[in-house]
Amino acid sequence: MRKFLVILILAVLGFYLFEAFSGLGLGFPRFEHGVKDYYLDKTVSELHVANTVTSIVVSFRGFDTLGEVTVLFLAVSALGSVLYKRRHDVGSRSILFASSGIVRSGSKLLFPAIILLGVYIFIHGHLTPGGGFQGGAIIATGFLLMLLAYENFRVSHHVLSYVESLAGIIFVVIGLLGFIDGGTFLQNFLPSGILNELFSGGVIGIIYVMVGFKVAAELTGLIYSVLHEKD
Amino acid sequence: MIYLILIFFLLILMVGAAIYAVVQKDLLYAVIATGVISLVLTVLFYILQAPDVALTEAAIGVALTTIIFLITIRNTLRHEDEYSNKDKFKSPTK
Amino acid sequence: MYKFLEYGVYGASILLILIGLYAVLTKKSLIKIVIGLSIIDGGIHLLLITIGYLRQGTAPIFSPGFENAAAKMVDPVPQALVLTAIVIGFGVTAVALSLVIRLYRHHRTLQIDEIKSLKW
Repeated sequence: MRKFLVILILAVLGFYLFEAFSGLGLGFPRFEHGVKDYYLDKTVSELHVANTVTSIVVSFRGFDTLGEVTVLFLAVSALGSVLYKRRHDVGSRSILFASSGIVRSGSKLLFPAIILLGVYIFIHGHLTPGGGFQGGAIIATGFLLMLLAYENFRVSHHVLSYVESLAGIIFVVIGLLGFIDGGTFLQNFLPSGILNELFSGGVIGIIYVMVGFKVAAELTGLIYSVLHEKD
Repeated sequence: MIYLILIFFLLILMVGAAIYAVVQKDLLYAVIATGVISLVLTVLFYILQAPDVALTEAAIGVALTTIIFLITIRNTLRHEDEYSNKDKFKSPTK
Repeated sequence: MYKFLEYGVYGASILLILIGLYAVLTKKSLIKIVIGLSIIDGGIHLLLITIGYLRQGTAPIFSPGFENAAAKMVDPVPQALVLTAIVIGFGVTAVALSLVIRLYRHHRTLQIDEIKSLKW
């Protein structure tokens, strides 16, 4: 009975949602002089950044990114406090099965390559697709691979928290340095350089590298604390 | 034309995986189906000219979310309808 | 041709949202509810990216020699929004699953109608 009621409500909801969105059409320019044109214009003419999504995430909406990284930090803290247990339980992970030699050797070979790919992605965040969030998540998957392959692989929580705090502090300090020229928070104070070179875009590249370190440390810590949770 | 057929195949695969993930009683299969949804979403984001979002979804949606669900299932119950096992008091996976 | 594509993409993303809502509203297993939430997430991301799509458009990344190609680029604003939303969605899922683990450890069940006491 309840399921039929739910299906009825969802059918009505779906009908109106579909009506609303299919009226929009697919692939038409939405606004004449919208915020999109402003961002695209300023990205290439003023900031000299190739990737517009990066320039929006780090520069135009940089304050939101600071908030987002803070939300991730809070998620990791909440997870650690919810899964907290007494000291002697922590550290002995329940092992379902020992991984085979092929998996161990293969992950040992793949681990540096995955880390290198992640670092490449967040260093070239302002030139190619990708950036701090993507690179950080890829580095976290590398650590995840090692944690799954070797049951006694350890990640130091102190190192993770130091990396994370340092990256966050550098982010905020670079943002505050924008006030020097009488500008605003996250104002660019370095030379912009030439479009499509590695050292271009001023502070955007540095900030995205810091975001990459911070996200990598946070996600690795999150996975580590969930994986070491033993029932 | 072949492009359109590919997109429709992907959309049907995605919706089918979503229905499977909701209907399936074994949570392990349901979680893998959720991973399939993320995988198809990655390809669709790439087709819709959003490579940044595709990279994020590939790293976070496919790998990390699936793994964190799997760890939760390992630590709790595997089947949806499984009721309390108060008499056992240990992980059902062991 | 584009009409079918339009109905297909919008319909699929709205169907994903509805399927996720169905799971959240009717299922009794806590993990199933979190799976439903992540399905809703995916549908909304696809919907937002589809709104920003431009016919015959390119990704919003400039290449040398094509600095004036801004008119043919898809909308970068929803992409930046979805980029943020995916990362936050992962954080939300992780916290929800940790609460599920904690509830299981205390009540030894995942059924929401068996968890009656508010006390941990």
